[in-house]
Parts: sequence; structure tokens; C-alpha cells
Amino acid sequence: MTEGAVEAEVGRARLRKEDARLLTGQTNWTDNIQAAGMLHLAILRSPMAHARLERVDVSPARELPGVVAAFTGSDLAEGMGSLPCAWPVTEDMVHPDHPPLAVDEVRHAGDPVAVVVARDRYAAADALEAVEVEYEPLPAVLDLEAALAEDAPLVHADKGTNRCYDWPLRAGEDYAAVRERAEVVLKRRYHQQRLIANAMEPRAVVVTPLAASGEYTVYSATQIPHILRVMLAMVTGIPEHKLRVVAPDVGGGFGSKLQVYGEEAIALAVARRLGRPVKWTESRSEGYLATHHGRGMIQDVEIAADRDGRLRGLKVDLLADMGAYLMLVTPGVPILGAFMYPAIYKMDSYEFRCTGVFTTRTPTDAYRGAGRPEATYAIERIMDELAAELGMDPVELRRRNWIRHEEFPYDSIAGLTYDSGNYEAATDKALALFGYDELREEQRKRDERGDTVRLGIGVSTYTEMCGLAPSRVLRDLRYAAGGWEAASIRMLPTGKVEVVTGTSPHGQGHVTSWSQIAADVLGVPFEDVEVVHGDTRAAPQGMDTYGSRSLVVGGAAVHHAARKVVDKARKVAAHLLEASERDLEFTGGVFSVKGSPEARKTIQEVAFEAFTSHDLPDGMEPTINAGHVLDPENFSYPHGTHLCAVEVDTETGMTRIRSYVCVDDVGRVVNPMIVEGQVHGGLAQGIAQALYEEAVYDDDGNLLSGTMADYLVPSAVDLPDFVTDRTETPAESNPLGVKGVGEAGTIASTPAVVGAVVDALRPLGVTDVPMPCTPERVWRAIHGEEDPA
Amino acid sequence: MTRISVKVDGTTYEDEVEPRLLLVHHLRDRLGLTGTPVGCDTSNCGACTVDLDGVSVKSCSVLAVQADGCAVTTVQGLSTDGEWTGLQKAFHERHALQCGYCTPGMLMAARDLLKENPRPTADEVRHALEGNLCRCTGYQNIVRAVLAAASDEEVRT
Amino acid sequence: MIPPAFDYVRPHTVEEAVRALADGGEDAKVLAGGQSLLPLMRLRMAFPQLLVDTGRIPGLRGSRMEGDTLVVGAMTTHHGVLHDALVRRHAGLLAAATATVADPAVRHRGTLGGSLAHADPAADLPAVILALEGELVAVGPRGRRTIPAREFFTDYLETALAPDELLVEVRLPSTDGWGFHYEKFQRVAQAYAIVGVAALVRRDNGSIAEARVGLTNMGSTPLRAPAAEEALAGAGDAAAVKRAAGEAAEGTRPSRDTSASPEYRAHLARVLTGRAVLAAAGMG
Repeated sequence: MTEGAVEAEVGRARLRKEDARLLTGQTNWTDNIQAAGMLHLAILRSPMAHARLERVDVSPARELPGVVAAFTGSDLAEGMGSLPCAWPVTEDMVHPDHPPLAVDEVRHAGDPVAVVVARDRYAAADALEAVEVEYEPLPAVLDLEAALAEDAPLVHADKGTNRCYDWPLRAGEDYAAVRERAEVVLKRRYHQQRLIANAMEPRAVVVTPLAASGEYTVYSATQIPHILRVMLAMVTGIPEHKLRVVAPDVGGGFGSKLQVYGEEAIALAVARRLGRPVKWTESRSEGYLATHHGRGMIQDVEIAADRDGRLRGLKVDLLADMGAYLMLVTPGVPILGAFMYPAIYKMDSYEFRCTGVFTTRTPTDAYRGAGRPEATYAIERIMDELAAELGMDPVELRRRNWIRHEEFPYDSIAGLTYDSGNYEAATDKALALFGYDELREEQRKRDERGDTVRLGIGVSTYTEMCGLAPSRVLRDLRYAAGGWEAASIRMLPTGKVEVVTGTSPHGQGHVTSWSQIAADVLGVPFEDVEVVHGDTRAAPQGMDTYGSRSLVVGGAAVHHAARKVVDKARKVAAHLLEASERDLEFTGGVFSVKGSPEARKTIQEVAFEAFTSHDLPDGMEPTINAGHVLDPENFSYPHGTHLCAVEVDTETGMTRIRSYVCVDDVGRVVNPMIVEGQVHGGLAQGIAQALYEEAVYDDDGNLLSGTMADYLVPSAVDLPDFVTDRTETPAESNPLGVKGVGEAGTIASTPAVVGAVVDALRPLGVTDVPMPCTPERVWRAIHGEEDPA
Repeated sequence: MTRISVKVDGTTYEDEVEPRLLLVHHLRDRLGLTGTPVGCDTSNCGACTVDLDGVSVKSCSVLAVQADGCAVTTVQGLSTDGEWTGLQKAFHERHALQCGYCTPGMLMAARDLLKENPRPTADEVRHALEGNLCRCTGYQNIVRAVLAAASDEEVRT
Repeated sequence: MIPPAFDYVRPHTVEEAVRALADGGEDAKVLAGGQSLLPLMRLRMAFPQLLVDTGRIPGLRGSRMEGDTLVVGAMTTHHGVLHDALVRRHAGLLAAATATVADPAVRHRGTLGGSLAHADPAADLPAVILALEGELVAVGPRGRRTIPAREFFTDYLETALAPDELLVEVRLPSTDGWGFHYEKFQRVAQAYAIVGVAALVRRDNGSIAEARVGLTNMGSTPLRAPAAEEALAGAGDAAAVKRAAGEAAEGTRPSRDTSASPEYRAHLARVLTGRAVLAAAGMG
């Protein structure tokens, strides 16, 4: 690279630094870790949704060859607190105890009952069969509405209710008055089925103790090593400075590894008790019971509008399935969505209420999008229904109500300040790429011909709040931590650079993107930057990776830290060049004196001078390393327009996606290749919710879709090629102008697909098909029948 | 215990194993070849795909004793002298991996396809990979990468 | 998850295998390709005490003709079946259906005999063998016997095989010249068929002279659709075929699961039978 003529790194489709290891099998998944004398844990889980534990006897398991120990919940109760919930959304929220290992009652199929410890994973699996348990069945609690009835059986008898909380939000004019005046009022009920994240790497945890000094290293397949360290210290009482948490290579998360899991606490407790390294790895079907689920809501949505399509008011009543316990952010997930129901639209009144409900099912918590996909689904689906009611094209209805680009910054009715956006530009681009008018024409012709395979078109114009989060806003929402992110930069004596980040990637490519950001500011080659992450000892400060926050907060922190390094380097360079700082130029990693270009120092030379510290300006601390902790001033608001065309075979009910076009505006783009990949993956998961996936329970609370053979994760055959494009309206709230992209595809695609299915069938009188739109549900909708489930 | 001899990535290993030991656990826990991961317990995900005597198999659904006398190639045995195969290069260049957990299986399944069908269509690639699940990429870049590897004589070597 | 412990033998001849099975009694199981059995064992839904691995017995793979009958070795893998020239010619329906079984890696290990002996009504090949009017040859301590496919599948995961009998070959009367089609309806590519229809058609002067319809996942065993078959005879156009296909669910007792109800399965059987027969007859 020629000095002084540097191509900007930000914006380049750099190939990933992460790939080399992953492509050659030189990986460090948690389950790969071996330690001398390591023991394996296996966990016995309740086969029943709800029961009293009359007797748990692990002694027969202890007798088996190769079994070192076995524990019940009571055995481990001492020194183990309740698993944490960091988001008590209301002052009076009902917050039950959540022992990592059940003591006297199990409350969902899969609730842990006992743990066995053996020499290898085979012996541990065998030992589970020797544990004797007597269950006294208690009634399952499954229906969200029935659970709130006066005489309903209780998930937590000591709490006297299954109602966890009521969380209201009212904004703008009085809704009842607005409704009264409105010319059209539509009410719909939508179900957000439970989903299972299915990160390809099952969860795993390894704990290595140093008994003599009471120190523990916890390796976990987690998205949140930093939060986990704090929480494990609180749960177990082990002093925080004696705990090191490492997230080694982590194979996907999608929210499911944004958690403090019982197994992490159990492994730590067992390692502490036995003084030996332990490993626990979940099997896939075990994970279906033990790893938190996503979604799980009933949404009653009412929209009030005028005949010309102008929105007047929106009312949302949610019942949110908490599952059996409150985990890290369980109650807060629907609250994140509360702010997104009004989406990109202007209206006079908004009323929201969410009721959290306990059931005897696996706890819910964040899954890609966390509250925002649910909100977007409801508003976009009811906008389609309103368009149909008004006889208006659904795109036109959106156009009449969205915030125009010249209106930014815009204070949304839900109280957010949208800093930037251009919904017109994204929509126009998407419509052109999709061939919207041509497809509508084909749809009309096919309808006239009476084709049994019908064409449907769905649209979704979404926005989301990303970049979690300004700490003061989190305080107002009663979230128990901040939303900042940390970065520091070490300029090594030889001119190489270490970026230390508090984000914890598990597929997102932070090492590559952060290198690009740092290389740009510092003027060093991309190849000379290494990124350190995911180890509380090496990267001690951080708030980790979730909620499309990493680039917006963590990447921006890297940018700020790098600028501080340059500022320090400038002082040293000015001193060495005997010039004033004002007279120095800095381009391509070179400081030079204006007007005398031969007087120059590279930033690497400056770094070495700062390392020796032989000749620093008076009063300056040695080294030019710098750190920055960034608390964002606002959320970021990616947006975009997604269009989907489906063909629905009305004889069988089968839906096939014919084309999918999306134009996303995620602000400035650091690495377009990575951004495109994030969009693809998000689309796949959103489409999967629309068409394929559901955690199905029977009337007794057993998970019927309990293995990967029953829970239908789509394969390459089941998904189409996507056409993706972008518009670029920079965010105003961070110096990079970035908005975040991890969740966009998932948020936007679900309503676009279901909208297309309903659009295909609307002339047959269909106004909704519950998700997932299975062939049978489509077939029944065509025949005017209710879903048999 | 049963005595077995399995050649893995060019090295022959003799071991006494329990008959129930799955090939993938033999690779991971006994031989320390952790490049091949486990993603499910129903043979749906394909993360553990390896080459067994010239054809792709799911090593979670093969007993180590069934591989006695056979040759296994894993993702760790693909590159020679540090030189990646065309598929590995194409996966890198087309951004066909994110978290990378499914990647070993994807590479082995794609390699199997190209041995049998060196010039597949996109549809054939998708069908050949139907037993390999990926949760990150939406598959589009994986399909692109396999097609690129198939069409690029130079990369294929 | 981890399979439970078992003893393991790897016989070199059919006779050794049969002896091992006889010695093992009720708790012995044949390990063919293992693609159904090993996942069940990993989920601890099957606990055999002894596995008799028939994978190395010579002579149980590949195909040959005996007169007009195609003989396929029970240990022939799905991949082998798919690429077998004799199968493609004389039992094209079997090749077509085998191409839809699971995925390539599973097809490299899974075997024709293993799939039939497992007798899962949701699996594709049992209904195909019924439609082909095949025979299954088993060897046991009492010798060798031939079981017609229609008597082989006795109940859900149950067959006419005794615990000490080994399935060694599948005999299929040649259907060279017949039209065939396997119509598989599934929610995602990896899922079991909600319903599958195996259609074989012999045409005469543009009409259907004889049709056979095998049904996947329409009861506790694979089934034929005799009422539809009878109605199809003589059908000369698409409308007649579809009318006849309306009889396809007669006498079936499909199950309910997370993917479909019995009523919907019955509906699908009718629609898909029409499609399969039209495709097989080249009348689409």
C-alpha cells in the first residue's frame, strides 16, 4: 500500500480473517476443550410439564462404574442462588425463584432434576438411567388466557397468580376518542408461535478450577461472557475477580446464547465441589427443552383509520408467554417490541398493554429480533388488512402514512426519535427490482384464468430500533445494566495493532469489520490489525453481542478509541518533528508537517518512540494506547422494504416462494459482503417462522416437536435465492453512520411472506393464515375452516 | 471392547473401542480430531459429515466399529501442505460461512457432490446439500461457492 | 445423545449372521446401514442387547436378473440402487422413489433391505415395493423363505420377519415399459412424507390398462389403494384419472402428527394420486 494514497477500508468487501480456522477445522468450540482429569456432566430432566418431586435418589447412579458423583437439587442448593432476571419491567412484577436444579417442583418438560458426573460422556449418559425419581403430577398450565382465570391452576403456587406483570404505554390523544371519530376500525388477533433458535453449535460449558486459589475459568458457548461473569458471581457467591469467563469459538446464537443458564451455574458448582474440570454439552433434542425459546405471544391489534387511508390510532393488547421462569431478559422482550408497533407510520394515538403470563413450558427469552419481529408482523399484517378493507394497494396505504424523508429527525408516537431514514427511496428501489406492477398484472390474469396455483404478493416496510442501548433509557425501562460498549487499542512496539473489544462475536465477523474500522482511522494496513475478544481476562470490559448493537456501539467505540490513539500520536509526532500539532497533517498513517513533506513520522514510528518513551513531550504518559467506553446517545433505526411473491397450490395448500426482493437501509456499510450475508441469514429465519417452524406442545405440556426431525429447520432446498440491495442513509447518532443489520432480515421477512400467502388467497375469502402457514393450515383457510390444533 | 484400525486423514490409528462408540466421538474424543463437530442427535444437521471410503457419511450415524479397516477424510485432511482446496477457497471468497459450525459438513457434502457431478446446476447443489443445515447464511452464498468451485478449473485442482 | 451399550458381532456369512441372531434372541437386531436404527438408539428409543452387523457379508449387494425378475441384494445402499442400471430399467419406480429418500450422505449408508425391514409407514420404499408387487427373501435357522410384499408389512414398525431371520434379497417382477412416478409431499426437504404416492401404470391404446397405487404414511403400514386402482383401469383422460383418484383414501387409516391431520392426509392422498398417475401415464 502506498503511503498517503490509501483506499478507505470502511466500505470494502474484505474477505474474513475468521475463515481460515473455520475452513480447516482448527476450531475451538467449547466441546473441543480437554483438560487433564476432566469429568463429564449429564443432566436428568423432567419428562413432565408440572410435578412435585416426591423423591429424587441419585445413589444408584453413584454405584455405576465410571461415575464420580451425582447430585440432586438439594445437594447443590447451598451456595447456589436463583438464576437471574435482569429486567424487572414493573415495580410489582411477580418474580419467582429459579433454582438451576429443581428442588421440590418441576415446572416444564426439561426442567433439570439431577446431575451426574462421570469419567466420560458415555458413562454419564448411562448413569442418568439409574437415577430414581418419583413425580406427583400437577396440572399443566398452557393456555395464556385460561392461565389468567381466577381458578386457574398455578405455575408458582406461592405467588398466587400466573400473571407476571402488566405493562402499559399510552401516547398521543386518548385512544377511545380517536377510535370513536375514526371511519374504519379493524381488529385482528395474531399468534406468534414459539420458536427454537437452533444455533448450529449446541450449548456447552467447561469449568476448570484452580482449587488452591479458589479461581475458576468458565468456558461457555455464550454470546455474553462479560454479563455471564457478573451474574455467575452473584448466583454462586464466587468473588467476581476469581472468575474468568471465556467465549471460545461460538457457533451461532441468535439470542439463545444471550442467557445465564442453569447448566453454567451447575457446572461451576460441581467443579467447585469436586475440584476437577467438568464439561457439559447439550444434545440437540435436550436443547429443545433446555435452551430458551423465542416469541410465544397472542397479539390483539386494533387499528383506526379514515376512509382515505390515513391512520388515526393503534391499540395493541399482548399476552406474552414467559414460560415457567423469568430468565435474563424474559419479561423485557415484548417491551422492546412495544415501541415498534407504530413502526414507520404517523398516527394520533397509540395504546399498548402487555401482560406477561407464566406457563408450564420452557422459558422464553430473546430470539433474533426479540419483540421487534412480533411488533412488525402485527402492524404490517393489519396494514394489509386495512388496505384490503379500503380497496387500496397495500404499498399505497403505507405511502400515505409513513414519515417522509424530509421530516427526519422525527419523534415517533411511541416516544422514539428516528434520526434518519428514507422510506420512499428504499420502497421505490424495491418495487422496481421486484417488478411489482408486472407481478400484479400476472396475478390479475391468473385470477381471471382460475389457476389452481395462485400468485400472492406481500410487502413489509419496516423499521427497528437497534444499537442497544443508551444507558439512561435502559434505566427508564428498569433494565438492570447499562448499554455502553468498550474498546481499547494497543499500538504494539513493532507497529502492529491489537484492538480489544467488549463485543463477543459468534459468526458476525467482528474481527474483520473492527480491523477495517481501526485500519482506517490509524492508517495502518488491514492485515496489521488483530482483534481480541470473548475473554474477560483479555478483554475485561464489555456488554457483549445482541440486539444488533455490536457495530453501532462496539464498532463505534473502536472508532473513538482509534481517534484517541491518533490524538496521542499527534502529540508525540509534533514533539519529534519539532512542529506544532496544528501544523501536522495525518494521512495514510503518516504525520507530516504542512509545507515540508520530508518532515514526517509514520504512526508505527511514533508507536515505537512511545514504547521506548525516551523522548516524549513533558508530562505525557508512556505509550499511545487508548481506550473508549461509548454510551450511545440514541438507538439506531435501520429500515427497508421487503417484497415477496409466493405461489400457493390451492389443491394441496403448499406455498412456494417465487421471488424475494429486499432493499435495506442499514446506514453506512463497513463490509458489504458481511452485510449481505447477515441479511440472507435473517431472511432465512424470518421465512422459517412464516412457513416452517413451531415448537408444538400437546395438551399435557410435552414438546411434540422435540427433535430436529420434527422441528423443521429449512434446508437449501426449501429457501429461494434472494435479491438484496441497499439504500444508504447514514445514522446521525454515531460517527460511523452505521445502524446495525443482524436482525433486519428476520424482522421484515415474516410479514412479507405471510402477507403474500394471504394475498394469494384473499379473493377466496381468506383474511389470515396462522403461522407457520403449513399446507394444511392453508388448505383449511381456503375451505373456511379453523385450524384443528 | 473391539479392536479397530481406522485410517484418518492419512494416519492409521488402532484402538480398542466400545462397539457403541460413534465414529464422530472416536474422531473427537479418542483421536483429538475436533475439526468435525456434532450438531444434532437425529442425523438431520450434517455438521459431522466426513468421507468414509470415498463417500460422504454422517459420522454421528456410523459406529466406529463399522469404520474398521476403512479410510476417513475429515475437514482437517482437505488441504495439502497448507494449500486449500478449491472448495475451501470458494467458501472463503463467496462468504459461504458465518459462525462456521456447519462448514466442515458443508465442505464434505459439497466435495462429494463435485466428485459425482463436477458441473452441477444450482438446483442440484441445493439438493445435494439438503442434509446439511446452516442457520447463519440462508444457503445462498454456499450455493454460489459450490458453483464457483465447480466452474473454476484453476481453483479446483 | 449416546446410544446404550450393546454387544457387537460382524459375521462373514449369512449363516453366521442367522446363528448370531438366533443366539441373541429377542434382543438381537440386525445392523444394516444403521441410518434408522442408530438415531433411535441415540435417542434411547431402542435398546438392543446385540447388534449383528451384516455390512461385510459378501453377496448381499447389487442386482441381477432371474428371467423377468429383478433381484436386488438387501444390503444394496440407496445410492447403489439409484445408480443401478438394472433397477433403473426394470424397477424405475424404485429408483425414482429412492432418489427422494433422506439426503446423499444417508443414502450412502442406508440400505434397501434395512429400510424395508424397519417398516416405517412414513418411509418411501415400503409403499413402492408394495406397488411393484415384490417379494422379500429371508433366511433363518429353518431355511430360506419368500414373503410377498403384501404379507410382509404387518403393523407399525412390524414385519413378518422372525427375530432370527435375515432379509437377504428383494425380488421385483420387471416393470420395464410401465410408466411410473413417485409423488412425495413433504413440508421441508428433510421431513418425512406427509403422504407419498407410488404410481405404476401400464397403458394400452392411450388408456390406462392397469394401474397400481402404493401409499406412504396413510396408515400403520404402507398400503395399496385398491378402489382407486380398479377405478383407474380404462381411464382415458385426465378427468377420468382425477375422478378415479378420488377413491385413493378408501380404507386408509392415516395418523395425526404435528404436520397433518387424518382428514388432510386423506385429501392429499386423493390429489396426489391423481398427479402421480397422470405423471406415470404421461397424461399430465
